[in-house]
Amino acid sequence: MAVSTPRAQALISAAVVRRSLEGGRTDWRSIGFESLLVALLILTLGILAWLLTVVFVNGVPVLAERGTDFLTSPLAARPEEAGVGQAIAGSLWLMAFVVLLSFPLGIGAAVYLEEYARDSWFTRLINTVVRNLAGVPSIVYGLLGLAVFVVALGDVLGPGSASGRSLFAGGLTMAILVLPIVIITSGEALRAVPGSIREAAFGVGATRWEVVRSHVLPYAAPGIFTGTILSMARAFGETAPLILVGAVIGGFNVEYDNVIGTLQGRYTALPTTVYDWARKPPAFSGNVYAAIVVLIVVLLLVNALAIYLRNRFDRRW
Amino acid sequence: MATKAPDIARPGEQTDSQGPTIRIVATETDMTEAERVATPAPTSVALDFADDQVVFELDGLSCFYGGFRAVNEISLEVPKNKITAFIGPSGCGKSTLLRSFNRMNDLIEGAHVTGHVRYHGVDLYADGVDAVEVRRRIGMVFQKPNPFPKSIYDNVAFGPRVAGFRGNMDELVEQSLRRAAIWDEVKDKLKAPGTALSGGQQQRLCIARAIAVEPDVILMDEPCSSLDPIATLKIEELMRELKENFTIVIVTHNMQQAARASDYTAFLTMGEDRGGYLVEMAPTQELFTRPANRLTEDYITGRFG
Repeated sequence: MAVSTPRAQALISAAVVRRSLEGGRTDWRSIGFESLLVALLILTLGILAWLLTVVFVNGVPVLAERGTDFLTSPLAARPEEAGVGQAIAGSLWLMAFVVLLSFPLGIGAAVYLEEYARDSWFTRLINTVVRNLAGVPSIVYGLLGLAVFVVALGDVLGPGSASGRSLFAGGLTMAILVLPIVIITSGEALRAVPGSIREAAFGVGATRWEVVRSHVLPYAAPGIFTGTILSMARAFGETAPLILVGAVIGGFNVEYDNVIGTLQGRYTALPTTVYDWARKPPAFSGNVYAAIVVLIVVLLLVNALAIYLRNRFDRRW
Repeated sequence: MATKAPDIARPGEQTDSQGPTIRIVATETDMTEAERVATPAPTSVALDFADDQVVFELDGLSCFYGGFRAVNEISLEVPKNKITAFIGPSGCGKSTLLRSFNRMNDLIEGAHVTGHVRYHGVDLYADGVDAVEVRRRIGMVFQKPNPFPKSIYDNVAFGPRVAGFRGNMDELVEQSLRRAAIWDEVKDKLKAPGTALSGGQQQRLCIARAIAVEPDVILMDEPCSSLDPIATLKIEELMRELKENFTIVIVTHNMQQAARASDYTAFLTMGEDRGGYLVEMAPTQELFTRPANRLTEDYITGRFG
């Protein structure tokens, strides 16, 4: 059929365009993929919600019933007397080791590697080793701590009744455990500071120290805070290495009233306490859940602090 | 064409001792047209300024990134209180050359130079020369505006602070911002972050930051490449004011900008090995109206690059 006029042709092509624009073919593949993603998300969140529900439903009544007594009582053989006081204290001490040892050492190492060290086979080797250390299972660090801090240095770090299994040994092991993570996250934060900022500072005659102190470190601070605080949370949740380096399971008496004595003495931590109680008779199950609630709440607080600090110091360029 | 063109000294001719002379080293002009096209070799046309007018004297300067030679055997002189422009196609080593003037390339891993950059007669790459002090005297404005993510005030005050400035900082900040022609726009928000300004304002803030340390020279590495035409004109106007007090060396890939804003222009291009070399340097009007080399002519007329 021959098309008569240009106008008729135009009308026909307009109709074709309209049909293709308004045809509304259903894109089943997109819908299917999106549905799959939503289903996976629901599954993930569902598992998490289920876990949290079980923990809180079982834990909160114990916490409500015992109140502060549970948070302050020492370990004990009877569930209704046992509390997480020593465990919280021990965990806070471990975090103190991480903050005081890993942060300065790790951030310092990162600043050196990123800002000062020349790119050589040696620095590349160090970077590779640090990355690999970050992936080493924590139980290996536990073995290291056992060999070095508990056995080799036991007479100094944990003399007497502690027989080497001291807070020193646990804290130093934790500090070494998170050190590679602190170095890597701090290094990434430093690398995220644009080179143009460094050039600008060098360009007005700043020394490397002035560039790092006045510009690179302040601008990298949010990233460094985030990384280091999350590594602190990691240390807070570690269990396996602590069992090796002597976190107490069962019970002990705190008989020291000075800091050195405390550090050389026995200790326990929240996750090891959870592990210990979970192996005990069912009467302890309420305590287990309550201890987990305490652990989760502290971890959330630490993460919230990380987010707060990141936003507080965040900068744009 | 109103400005007076410097005398061109032919070999054997007497020259006016005040103005610069052009020393033609290779006798390229005697070649036939065919020969000129066939020989894209460096012509080594160099300007020869009176000794007290020379700020930089480059002598066979080559810059390397690892094994790659980015700048090849460049010898030229940069005159005092003038604007000298480096033009040339992308990748011909203009920026690398400029960054060798204040040892900015030192910061790049694997970069090194051979030959000499003499600044008021001192070889900047000699042993014992303090690169930090070099950069204090030879300031830099970069291609992309890079204010610190700090207040406008602190952006300007940082340089003087690290230089140990003891005077009235508020006054110095105001004066620097005024000289960079941005004071009126920022005087009410000195505590606002420098990064919140527009691109053109940021670049003028960077110029204020550079002049706050009272340098002798300001190096500008394509300072307008990320700016709109109006901001570009403002910067060019500012450059003309600044040359009263500073020697300015600018790299640009914008030929109109070099023609508008500079007193002298050096044209660089790259050789077979991608290393940049100097084709010719001349008073800007001279270079744009009567280029000595065919390569320059091709470039400025848009046949190449």
